[in-house]
Amino acid sequence: MTVNSRDEFRAELRAWLEENCPQEMRDGGMTEDSICWGGKNWVFTSEAQKLWLERCAAKGYTVPTWPVEYGGAGLTREQEKVFHEEMEAINARSPLQSFGIWMLGPALLHFGSHAQKLHYLPPIARGEIRWCQGYSEPGAGSDLANVQTKGEDKGDHWLVNGQKIWTSYADRADWIFALVRTDKDAPKHKGISFLLCDMEQEGVETRPIKMISGISPFCETFFTDAKIPKEQIVGTENRGWDVAKYLLTHEREMISGGGAGLSGGGRALGAVIADTVEEMDVTLRADAMRCEIDALAIGLTLERYKDQSEAGQGAGDASAMLKYMGTELNKQRHELMMSAGGSDALEWDGPLGNRAGDWLRTKANSIEGGTSEVMLSIVSRRVLGLPA
Amino acid sequence: MSEEETMLADMARGFLDGAAPVSKFRQMRDAGETFDRALWKEMADMGWAGVLVPEDAGGSDMGFAAANIIAREMGKTLAVSPFLSSAVIAATALKHVSDTRARDALAKIAAGDMTYALAVDEGVKFDPEGTAMEAKADGNGFRLNGKKQFVVDGALADRLLVLARTENGLTLFDIPADRAGIERNASNMIDARDVARINFDNVEATGGDVLGAVDNAMDVLKPALQAGQAALAAEMSGLSAGAFGMTVEYLKERKQFGIEIGRFQALQHRAAHLWCEIEVTASAILNAGRKLDDDPENAGLAVSLAKARATDTAKLAVIEGVQMHGGIGMTDAFDMGFYMKRARVGAEWLGDYSYHAEKVAAARGF
Repeated sequence: MTVNSRDEFRAELRAWLEENCPQEMRDGGMTEDSICWGGKNWVFTSEAQKLWLERCAAKGYTVPTWPVEYGGAGLTREQEKVFHEEMEAINARSPLQSFGIWMLGPALLHFGSHAQKLHYLPPIARGEIRWCQGYSEPGAGSDLANVQTKGEDKGDHWLVNGQKIWTSYADRADWIFALVRTDKDAPKHKGISFLLCDMEQEGVETRPIKMISGISPFCETFFTDAKIPKEQIVGTENRGWDVAKYLLTHEREMISGGGAGLSGGGRALGAVIADTVEEMDVTLRADAMRCEIDALAIGLTLERYKDQSEAGQGAGDASAMLKYMGTELNKQRHELMMSAGGSDALEWDGPLGNRAGDWLRTKANSIEGGTSEVMLSIVSRRVLGLPA
Repeated sequence: MSEEETMLADMARGFLDGAAPVSKFRQMRDAGETFDRALWKEMADMGWAGVLVPEDAGGSDMGFAAANIIAREMGKTLAVSPFLSSAVIAATALKHVSDTRARDALAKIAAGDMTYALAVDEGVKFDPEGTAMEAKADGNGFRLNGKKQFVVDGALADRLLVLARTENGLTLFDIPADRAGIERNASNMIDARDVARINFDNVEATGGDVLGAVDNAMDVLKPALQAGQAALAAEMSGLSAGAFGMTVEYLKERKQFGIEIGRFQALQHRAAHLWCEIEVTASAILNAGRKLDDDPENAGLAVSLAKARATDTAKLAVIEGVQMHGGIGMTDAFDMGFYMKRARVGAEWLGDYSYHAEKVAAARGF
């Protein structure tokens, strides 16, 4: 893209944002309450939130880099950067966030048929269907390929039975993408299929799990003789592990930047701390400086790998590095926030809001989507070539 | 990195593996040599000495990102040269002065015919603003009195850039190293490089020796320091990569309890963590090079970020390097110790971790 066309794009976008982004949506949207997740049962928190989603969806700006025919705006990586810069410049909220955008979308774009893309992607882009992820099971955590939820071949459908766990927001999702064992005799990585399932149907039940943070973002999901039509498979039968792994690299990149304000625009930790403590003691200040240095460098690394992705080089195995470094940093950041808050931070809904809940929530960062230990093993085997 | 940058890195690596491998450094160390003029001439012929010198002054004018790439490759093999002092720091300072003398100096740097050293430090830590050495006005010129230490490449450099306090601020002088009243004492450094302690006893300097404006050293010195800090960070990232490469190879070869030690998860995870740190630091260094090329006025944060990260990562790389090699890593006959010593010297030069962390904090509003 030439400098001219980039400047032109920026000018157009700026004018569009100025005209279309409601004032209420220009607060950065950093709190959990401000996120728009979409879905059939979504209740907009304000008229502005609804309007903002609709306007963005009409332009393809909820998924700016997806092709136009699937609900995106077809932006290049460079245009996408400009898009985020301009959004940040007016402190605009993200119009829509969802697992459909972060996880299923990229997998469908890569593995789905044209018909599947046309069917599933636009409702994700418009925030009409909310998806959740059915990966982990009680016996398949770090050893994810050990999934036991089984799908029996019944001709035009699979009959699915089993239990999923840590299905984030399953109680609010409309559809689930799930790993199901469709060949119990094959080696464990070769008998899994990646299936899409409507959660409104009979035989799918979900139950929230209360977490240490006091909230219940995770659920258990039970399949009891649930019927999944054959056309709802992504990729090839029994080769779902390929889809699962591809999706995981996207999930890991997403988690790595989550919450820590790593992709630019985030306020410095020290500046945030300075809001609550009058004088930072030397140890806290030193820790905050180190955390800030690491946050900036990890943020640059995320950008570097995104730049490479467009050049067709993809983060691939390096997504394990991004996930590991990003989540460990986020945990550290919240430890410092707690330390800065002192006893004020120890109350639920106390003077510092949900700081303790946020701190506790971050402890899952280095577990979900693959533990830090699994990430290090991936780097050690696949990047460094150390023997298993 | 762009395709051009990758090519430059490959070319540099090819040259250094042949002309300046670690064994070459060992030879120099054993012989007590700290400068190989013939090697520097070869580097100059490839355009490295003039990497920041404009083409009309005989340079290759490749820019800061390119200088970082060269410095990184030099770090991998611990190549000894005045690249940072002359080609990066002095050249950047001289480029900020537009007179024929500066232009001539740039041409000589690019040709590899003249080397420079930067004399700033007076205490044990880098603190240019705290410079106490005096340059008292005397007739039409100045008289320099005081002491400098940790002057890298200072014992053998042809010229010195000396920071001194004048009536209303700091002034940078560009003087020949053999001027009357200058006494240079080579320091016996752990990394076996050229470093000097220098005494200035009533050294005469004329107005023509001032680089930039009197009392305004930072106009010229600040960009030079930033360029040097970024290139040093790049060198240290190369050093980390060099030490890490040796370590991973060792993990794959060394057997204990009947298996390669690289099969032990305790070591695998530490090696993987180190690789992650090296990757993250590489991003900070790439960013610093781009920022210096594209927006030098606002490169301070990017440079300090790079130097802080590089310092920290190099420390981890050499500590793990020695530990994972076990006893052999502690011997002088093995190269890992060289990397450890160079990392420690690089950590202090041009500002340590704390110095740059403070710069980052200031730039980020706390």
